[in-house]
Amino acid sequence: MEYFLQQLINGLALGSIYGLIAIGYTMVYGIIGMINFAHGDIFMISTMISLVILVALFSIGITSVPVVLLIILIAAVALTALYGWTVERMAYRPLRGSFRLAPLISAIGMSIVLQNYAQNAQGADKKAFTSLIPGGIEFFKEAKFSVWLQYSQIALFVMTALVLIVFTFVVTKTPLGRAQRACEQDIKMASLLGINVDRTISLTFVMGASLAAVAGLMHLLYYGSTDFYAGFVVGIKAFTAAVLGGIGSLPGAVLGGLTIGLIEVFFAGYVSVDYKDVAAFSILAIVLIFLPTGLLGRPEVEKV
Amino acid sequence: MTDTVQPAPAAEAPVETPPAKAPHPARALLKDAGLWALLTFALMTPVVGFKTVARGNRYEFDNNMDVVLGFTVLVFLGRILLNLTIWSKPKTATARAASGSVFDSPTAVRLKQFIRPLLILIALSYPFLAIWTSGGMVTGRYWVDLGILVMTYVLLGWGLNIVVGLAGLLDLGYVAFYAVGAYSFALLTMNFGMSFWMCLPLAGIFAAFFGVVLGFPVLRLRGDYLAIVTLAFGEIIRLVLINWREFTGGASGINQIPRPSFFGLEFVNGPGGFADFFGLAFSPVHRLIFFYYVILALAFIVLIVTIRLRRLPIGRAWEAMREDEIACRSLGISIVNTKLTAFALGAMFGGFAGTVFAARQGYISPSDFTFIQSALIVAIVVLGGLGSNLGVVFSALVLIGGVEMLRNLTFIKELFGDGFDPVQYRMLIFGLVMVVIMVWKPRGLISSRTPTIFLKEKKTVTSDMISEGHG
Repeated sequence: MEYFLQQLINGLALGSIYGLIAIGYTMVYGIIGMINFAHGDIFMISTMISLVILVALFSIGITSVPVVLLIILIAAVALTALYGWTVERMAYRPLRGSFRLAPLISAIGMSIVLQNYAQNAQGADKKAFTSLIPGGIEFFKEAKFSVWLQYSQIALFVMTALVLIVFTFVVTKTPLGRAQRACEQDIKMASLLGINVDRTISLTFVMGASLAAVAGLMHLLYYGSTDFYAGFVVGIKAFTAAVLGGIGSLPGAVLGGLTIGLIEVFFAGYVSVDYKDVAAFSILAIVLIFLPTGLLGRPEVEKV
Repeated sequence: MTDTVQPAPAAEAPVETPPAKAPHPARALLKDAGLWALLTFALMTPVVGFKTVARGNRYEFDNNMDVVLGFTVLVFLGRILLNLTIWSKPKTATARAASGSVFDSPTAVRLKQFIRPLLILIALSYPFLAIWTSGGMVTGRYWVDLGILVMTYVLLGWGLNIVVGLAGLLDLGYVAFYAVGAYSFALLTMNFGMSFWMCLPLAGIFAAFFGVVLGFPVLRLRGDYLAIVTLAFGEIIRLVLINWREFTGGASGINQIPRPSFFGLEFVNGPGGFADFFGLAFSPVHRLIFFYYVILALAFIVLIVTIRLRRLPIGRAWEAMREDEIACRSLGISIVNTKLTAFALGAMFGGFAGTVFAARQGYISPSDFTFIQSALIVAIVVLGGLGSNLGVVFSALVLIGGVEMLRNLTFIKELFGDGFDPVQYRMLIFGLVMVVIMVWKPRGLISSRTPTIFLKEKKTVTSDMISEGHG
């Protein structure tokens, strides 16, 4: 029971990270119908940026944890958003309206570029450090196996909830959100009605990248490590989460993220650690084959 | 949206500032270049400028701001230069349609008739040309090796071309079949002592079987979803290869795979060997030349099969399915059979390539079969122009041969100092080439198609007329 509870907490923490990244996939796919293959690597870049700023702040003597976290959060989100914007501008916008495979190939190219860019710039070694927010709350102290709820996990849950509330508000209540939903339904019609489609899509990428940056910072705090290859597998799992939740749906992405996180952690805990990624990928295949609309997605009607 | 298909340099894409509205052309130019330089500076400072290095138990910075500043200046000057030259030309839809591809102009079409036999001739005589021009067996070895590498990717590209180019099914896990072929050969020959020539067809059959196994569940999927499931399939195969240690040797792989022989003649030094039998001086390059011709023969088989299949009902069904699956189904074509044959055939050729790879290396491990390999093969097919066999050859030459050539660019080392190693930036440049070619030519290098059915005369179909398909 205690073991189960511990796995549940760990699974939800991992799932929150997947959920945050999945929102970026789901929003982009919803609007331009393209898998932003480089999104996982944008997440990786954000962990690198966070790490550099963290080291910089410590080296100039700012060591108060809340101040450090706030500065990193703002700076990393801003810089990662800039990366998201640039990637869209360079690799995707020139291909808008082109044939279907072109943006996907260009996205794969961009993903390779970002990975190797980070590897060459920051080195291929794993960057590990001790947690900034150590400690946690211990439950069931008298039992054989006590359950830990780490402070970094609490921070992660709070952050995810906060970000979700803000983004749901943006998408449902603001003019930008309205423009995004209009583009999602019909890009051509939206542009005829005076919506700046290019700007809306750019902002969607910026939003996705800033969420990835939040996830990146949280990942760095929670696991205390990153490397240039960190984005690839996490990216695919987050995409799985987006599909599982129903692509195009924000709450679906988070729900899917939590589900994938739980499945992965429980599979690793109860079945086999070696094959936990196989489990995640199999779920991706199974969901796409048997439940293509996902948990909260709308069924796609095909007109001939 | 339609006026943005423009060439982009390595670092950025154009900003559409209509010159009529700008207050002064020079000022607009400077402003644009300045903004992009600022962007470059902001992007690169945190990631490139300060390299975190662990010293003792804490992180310190290696300052690389000189690189950042260098790139900032480069972007500033580059944008001014590009804005003044390439992007200054008016870009209208008609002008672009008229310009077409360099490979599609009438002279190029005439040239193409000569290119094919010429390429075949070069391919046939390549090992001897390489040894002759580089002056001897020892120096020629590298070039023969490079030839094998490029031919392997041509073979893989042609195999995948059946799945992606003809049937329009985007497969991002093609490397799985390559792996199945390689491991089938390695395990069969290690465990049962079977020869290379017995294993080759068996490995092809195994790979084809895996193709059907993958194809069956994904019959209903299309486009991006199909791509992502095949990617997952490729990763699953790799993870199983890593973790099933008793069977596959785990992450360390299988080594000391026996080398194939030339009709019973081993490539060894001494009596009874290949060199001894033909009265030649022994050289390890003989084996490489043999491999080159094996893979060349396989590639030609694939090519001929592909060309012939396009004229058979099944090939026509593939192309019809690529263009419109629903219309295809309503005309009574079995989508199940059509898709599965495409997957199986493509997988079989991938299996052949894997067998040759394992036999040549003598050593395989799961790290040879990563997603990057799949992406590389897909990139070769798409950048070459979907469905074009000649395009695959060109893009394999550019992507594999060209990037490999970076090793030889010693003058770069002299330019940037000794610490600069271009090989380190191989994949970075490879990714940039992928993006730039896509932005420059979304349809690939050779974007026209020769129709298989025609009335009276054979017209080349330009890329503008090829319908989207549902891939």
